[in-house]
Amino acid sequence: MPVKRSDKTPMPVHDAQLRAHDFVEVNTGYTPAHAAFEAERCLRCQDAACVDGCPVNIPIPDFIHAVAAGDMPKAAQILRGANPLPSICGRVCPQENQCEAQCHMLKRFNPVAIGHLERFVADWERTQPVTAKPNITRKEKIAVIGAGPSGLVCAGELARLGYSVTVYEALHAPGGVLRYGIPEFRLPKSVLDWEIGVLKAMGVEIVCNVVIGRTIKMDDLFENMGYAAVFIGTGAGLPQFLGIPGENLNGVMSANEFLTRMNLMGGYKFPENDTPMKVGKRVAVIGAGNTAMDAVRSSLRLGAEAAYIVYRRSEKEMGARVEEYHHAIEEGVDFRWLTNPLEVVDDGNGWVSGLKCQKMKLGEPDASGRARPIPIEGSEFVLPVDNVVLAIGTTPNPLLTRTTSGLMTNKKGCLVADESTGLTSKALVFAGGDAVTGAATVILAAGAGKRSAQAIHEALQQAPVAAH
Amino acid sequence: MTRILETRRLTPVTKYFRLDAPLIARSAMPGQFVMLRVREGGERIPITIADYDRKAGTISLVIQQVGATTTLISALEAGDDILDVAGPLGSPIEVAAGAHVCGVGGGFGSAVLLGLMRELKAKGHRTTAIIGARNKDLLILADELKPNCDHLAICTDDGSSGFKGFVSQQLERFIEGEGPGRPDCVVAIGPMAMMRAVAETTRGPKVKTLVSMDPLMVDGTGMCGGCRVMVGGKAQFACVEGPAFDGHEVDFDVAMRRNKAYVKEEKQSLERVNCARSAAKEVH
Repeated sequence: MPVKRSDKTPMPVHDAQLRAHDFVEVNTGYTPAHAAFEAERCLRCQDAACVDGCPVNIPIPDFIHAVAAGDMPKAAQILRGANPLPSICGRVCPQENQCEAQCHMLKRFNPVAIGHLERFVADWERTQPVTAKPNITRKEKIAVIGAGPSGLVCAGELARLGYSVTVYEALHAPGGVLRYGIPEFRLPKSVLDWEIGVLKAMGVEIVCNVVIGRTIKMDDLFENMGYAAVFIGTGAGLPQFLGIPGENLNGVMSANEFLTRMNLMGGYKFPENDTPMKVGKRVAVIGAGNTAMDAVRSSLRLGAEAAYIVYRRSEKEMGARVEEYHHAIEEGVDFRWLTNPLEVVDDGNGWVSGLKCQKMKLGEPDASGRARPIPIEGSEFVLPVDNVVLAIGTTPNPLLTRTTSGLMTNKKGCLVADESTGLTSKALVFAGGDAVTGAATVILAAGAGKRSAQAIHEALQQAPVAAH
Repeated sequence: MTRILETRRLTPVTKYFRLDAPLIARSAMPGQFVMLRVREGGERIPITIADYDRKAGTISLVIQQVGATTTLISALEAGDDILDVAGPLGSPIEVAAGAHVCGVGGGFGSAVLLGLMRELKAKGHRTTAIIGARNKDLLILADELKPNCDHLAICTDDGSSGFKGFVSQQLERFIEGEGPGRPDCVVAIGPMAMMRAVAETTRGPKVKTLVSMDPLMVDGTGMCGGCRVMVGGKAQFACVEGPAFDGHEVDFDVAMRRNKAYVKEEKQSLERVNCARSAAKEVH
C-alpha cells in the first residue's frame, strides 16, 4: 500500500564544493533502498494524470509499482516499451513541468520523484546484458536525418516496428545535443553511448560525417537510395547574437560554441585533446535557460573564479530546470537578475574586459506573456569579466531547406510539420524536435520522434509505393 | 575513415592529397570545404576542396603545414586513412553567367583555383588566373592550372618567376587593361592579408570581388557560430552563408583579430605533436 510521506526522497549528490571543480556527475542516483522508499509514495491513481503529463506517455504508476514490488526486469521493460532513451530522460527532463506537475500528491505534498525513479530503473538496466536484437520484418527502408534525441527515438521506434533504419549524422559522433550540448556532469557520455549501443543492437545503422542536403540531397534518399520515408531531426540551428557593440571581441562566444568545444571536442582536457578552451577568471553567461546553466556551471569547472548569469528578466521568468538552478546556486554561480547587457567592453587589445549592463524593472506582460523588462535610467554599470557567453536562443539552420525543394518553413524558418504526425509539406517526409519547434527539451523531441515513427508506419501501410 | 589514394609534396610545407570520397566528389562544387579530424581527441578543421573528380569518386586537397592537425595530416601517405572527413560544406561560389572571371590565389590558396577555373571555363566563362608566392620554389600547381584557364599569370615577391610583385599589383595592371584585360568578377583565395589587398585593389574600379574566408570553425555545419564574419556590418556564418563573401563588405580587421584568438594554444598543441613525433622517430 502507498505510504503517506510528504517529502520526496532526496537525490544523493556529489558534494557541491568538490563538484564545482570536476566533471563527475552531480546526481549520484538512488540506492535500491531509496528507490523502494520513494516508490511506496506513489498513490497508483486510476486516472494517472502523470501519464498525460509525459510527452511519451510512460505508464508511470505501472513501472513505479514494479519498483515497489522489487521486480526490476518488469520495471525496465515497461519503461523501455514507452521511452527508448530512459536513462537520458531520467536525467535531463524538466519533470517539474511535466509528469510531476500532474502528480495527485501535489495537492498536499511534494510529488513522487518520478524522474529519479526513472533514472534508477534505467541505470539498473544498464548493469544488465543487452538483450535487444534486430527484428527486421518489413521491406521498407527509412532514413533519419540527425542522430539527436528526436532522430534516435524515431529510429528506435521504427526498428521495433520491424523497419531497417539508417540514421545520418553530420558530426563525427552520434547524439546531437546530448553529445555536444549537455555536459558530462549532467549526462555522462557513457550513458549516452550505452543507449546508442542498444539502438545499434536493435539493428539501427548510424552513419556519421554525412550532411544531408550537402553530401547527399534529400531527394536522392528517395530516388537513388530507395528509402521509403524520411524523418528530419536536425535540431535547433545557428546561435543568436544580441547585436550589441563589442560582440566580436575575442573572448565572446555562443553557448553552442562553448559547449561544443567542451563536450563534443573534449576541450576541457586540452592540451591532451587538441581543441582549446579559453576560460578566464570571470565569465558572464547571458540568458537563463538550461543551456545558460550548463555554460555557467561549466565555467566554474574550467577554472573561473566568478561565474555570472546575466538576465534581463527575473528569477520567475527563468527557463531553466529547477534542479539545475539549485545546483548552480550551490556551486556558487552569481545570478544577476533584471540586468540587461548593453555592450561588451574592449581591454584595448581586442579582448573582453567587461560587460556593460543596465538594471531593469518589471512592467506589464509582453507578447510572450512574461513581464516586460523596463530599463532604469542611470543604472548602467560595468561587470568586469574575461569571457562573455551568449545563451539567448537559436535560429533554424537553413542548410536542408535551402537544398530541398518543397519543404515549407514558417516565418521563423522552422519546418512546418503536422502536430500529431510530424508530416511536412513534402510527401513521406516527417520532422520533429527543435527543427520544428525551435529550441525546446529533449523529451519533447523524443515525443515527436516517437509520434512520427508511428505515423510513418501508418503511412507506409496505406501507401506502400513511395509517391516520389 | 577516408582512404588517401595519392600524395605529392608540392613545397616543403604544402602537400597534395587525393582522397577516395565518392559521396563528397559527387556533390562538391567550387568554393566548398570539408571538415577533417585526424585522431581521437583531435580538432575539426575546415579545408577548402581544391578539386574533385566525380567519375573517379575522388576529391583533392592541398594542405599547408601550420598547426598540430595539419602537421599530423602532412605525415600521412597514400594508403593511410583520415579518421573523419565530412562535406562538402558551405555555399558554392557563384558568378554571373558569361563573365570574365579572374581567380587570384595566394600561397596554398592557388590550389582551390584548380576546380574553380575548370568549372567556370566549362560553363563558358572567360577565365584568368593569377597565382603568387614569395619565390618560385613556393609556387604550386601552375602546370595543372594552365589548361584550366584562358590566361595564367604568375607572380613572385622576388621576381624568381613571372611578374615581380604581389598578386594584387598584377591584378591592378589587368584592371587597367593590360594582358587579358579588366575582369567582371574577381575571386580571391589565400591568406587574409592578400585577400584584403585584392579587395582594396578592386574597390576603386568597382570590380565585384569574392573572398574565401578562413575563420576558426568548430563543427562547420551551422551550429556553433564560431565562424562568424562581419559582412556589411552584419554577422554572417562562414560555414553556411560562406565561406565566400563580398570582399568589399568584409571587416578584415575583426576577422584577422578573431583568427588569432587561440595562437598560444595552437603553438602549445603543435609543440606537443612535434615532440611526440621526434620521440617516435628516436624509438625507430
